Amino acid sequence: MSFAWLARRLLLMAYTLVVVSMLVFAITQVLPADAAQSLLGENATPEMLAALRAKLGLGDPAWQQYLRWAGRVFSGDFGISMRTSQPVGPDMLTALSRSLLLAASSILVTLLVAVPLGVVAALRHGRLTDTGVSLIAYLGVSLPEFVTATLLALLLADTLHWLPATGYVSLPEDFGDGIRHLALPVLTISVILIAHVMRMMRSETLDVLKSDYIRAARLKGLPERTVLFRHALRNALLPVVTIIALDVGYLLGGIIVIEEIFAIPGIGRALMVAITTRDLPSIQAGALIMAATYAITNTLADMTYALLDRRIRYD
Amino acid sequence: MIELLIRLVRRPQGLVGVALLALIAIACLFGPALAPYAPEKIDFLGRFRPPGWQNWLGADQFGRDILSRLMVGARSTVPMALVATFVGSAAGAIIGVGSAYLGGRTDEAIMRTNDAVMAIPGLLMALLLVSTLGNGAGNAVVAIAVAFAPGMARVTRSVALNIRNQDYVKAAIARGESAVWIIFREMLPNVMAPIVIESTIRVSFAVMLFATLSFLGVGAQPPASEWGLMVADARQYMYQAPWGLIAPSAAIALTAIAFNLLGDGLRDALNPKDER
Repeated sequence: MSFAWLARRLLLMAYTLVVVSMLVFAITQVLPADAAQSLLGENATPEMLAALRAKLGLGDPAWQQYLRWAGRVFSGDFGISMRTSQPVGPDMLTALSRSLLLAASSILVTLLVAVPLGVVAALRHGRLTDTGVSLIAYLGVSLPEFVTATLLALLLADTLHWLPATGYVSLPEDFGDGIRHLALPVLTISVILIAHVMRMMRSETLDVLKSDYIRAARLKGLPERTVLFRHALRNALLPVVTIIALDVGYLLGGIIVIEEIFAIPGIGRALMVAITTRDLPSIQAGALIMAATYAITNTLADMTYALLDRRIRYD
Repeated sequence: MIELLIRLVRRPQGLVGVALLALIAIACLFGPALAPYAPEKIDFLGRFRPPGWQNWLGADQFGRDILSRLMVGARSTVPMALVATFVGSAAGAIIGVGSAYLGGRTDEAIMRTNDAVMAIPGLLMALLLVSTLGNGAGNAVVAIAVAFAPGMARVTRSVALNIRNQDYVKAAIARGESAVWIIFREMLPNVMAPIVIESTIRVSFAVMLFATLSFLGVGAQPPASEWGLMVADARQYMYQAPWGLIAPSAAIALTAIAFNLLGDGLRDALNPKDER
């Protein structure tokens, strides 16, 4: 990982953030023929409309509005919520921390389950275990989150009375109850991620097992366990880093639905509330923070990949 | 074409995919004619009737027949996903091929911007667009198409880069053909196979995304019997009448699986050598 590569990668991330901020701003504030009208709805009086237009500076050219907004956002000021009249930034970041806890737990569960399953499926290539695992993976990617979530809630919360169906308890407050409330959402997200990672892990392991260095290791007479863990797994695990990073993008989208269903006050729910109440500053802040999280995660994943695999030369 | 279909149904996955799709197509085309009841027919005596001979898949909170609603609802779910995928894929393919044709710095700039746009997750992008354009099925289709375009652009561009260096493209450039001619008549037809495979798989994402938008209340609007909307309705009564929830969920899942299987089947049928 050379300095030039790192500089280039960080520059790309900055560019991504600029493009994303422009898009979010364009879609929410410039694209509507009259943002004030669409914010206040049908029943707004002309005075209210005029006041809001002046407040948002809608009379100015779009680029001036953008620069003013981007300047404020850059200094950490996301504006005042139109719903609660509180600053948007701190609320969104608190919500983000809850979402990140949810996301991190899901990724942990996914890795613990998907990696062994994928390897087993590859080792039993073409046999019943492989077919079974592949079938479940297929089902996992073919169910939208809201279906998986509802079915799991129906099964585990009602039939078995194991888990609370909705709600959120912060972990420091009551660890046990917090975990029980997290279980269903984490399970839902994991089901879908496991399907992705497992498919990837299976095909990577299959590829690696066919490679020359595995054949060489076997011909050398190394025990099968050494071949598998020291030679095959190491190489097959590398792309999982990339897949997880790409899945974070998916995860951030999925979290909107999951948080809505399980009533978790994370950033996805905050965004949905903002959208349904037409709270413009909150919509912009939520969307921007989510996209930024994705861009930063991806950059970190690329850096991890470059550190782990010295063969990669990006230039 | 017929040869391709034969190769497709020779494998069990392809066969299941094609059979499921045929069922879905019949539901879309003849659903209202085949449905045993009118989808809006209210029967207060039959509220929450479990699956049985009167209502094969049970009845919902108004006593409406779930099977009939599903069959009629196929029209407001599947064609929407198809249109969204088609428009999104076409736009993405043109951007991708155009970028590969232009090459060099321009290509780099287009693709970096494209990657940046992809930092906005699909569902988030769709939600933002629908919140601006207004709730409704039509706007949801536009939103999904826009959300799909960058991904397709990236896939197409990677294939088109190889085509760009083929002799027939160089010959066309040497003949002095216009850029539009080269992009549409020389390059696009030759990247069609991967685009078709990729879009087929994406239809299943579009079905799920569209149902999700409806579920969140910003896509298809009641009283349409769109499947995601049916799940949202049934959630309130899920402990009383789980069949109201399971039937539309299964319909969404089967449709998504069908397009996934077809996409994978097409890939196998078009590249017989790849064993995976």
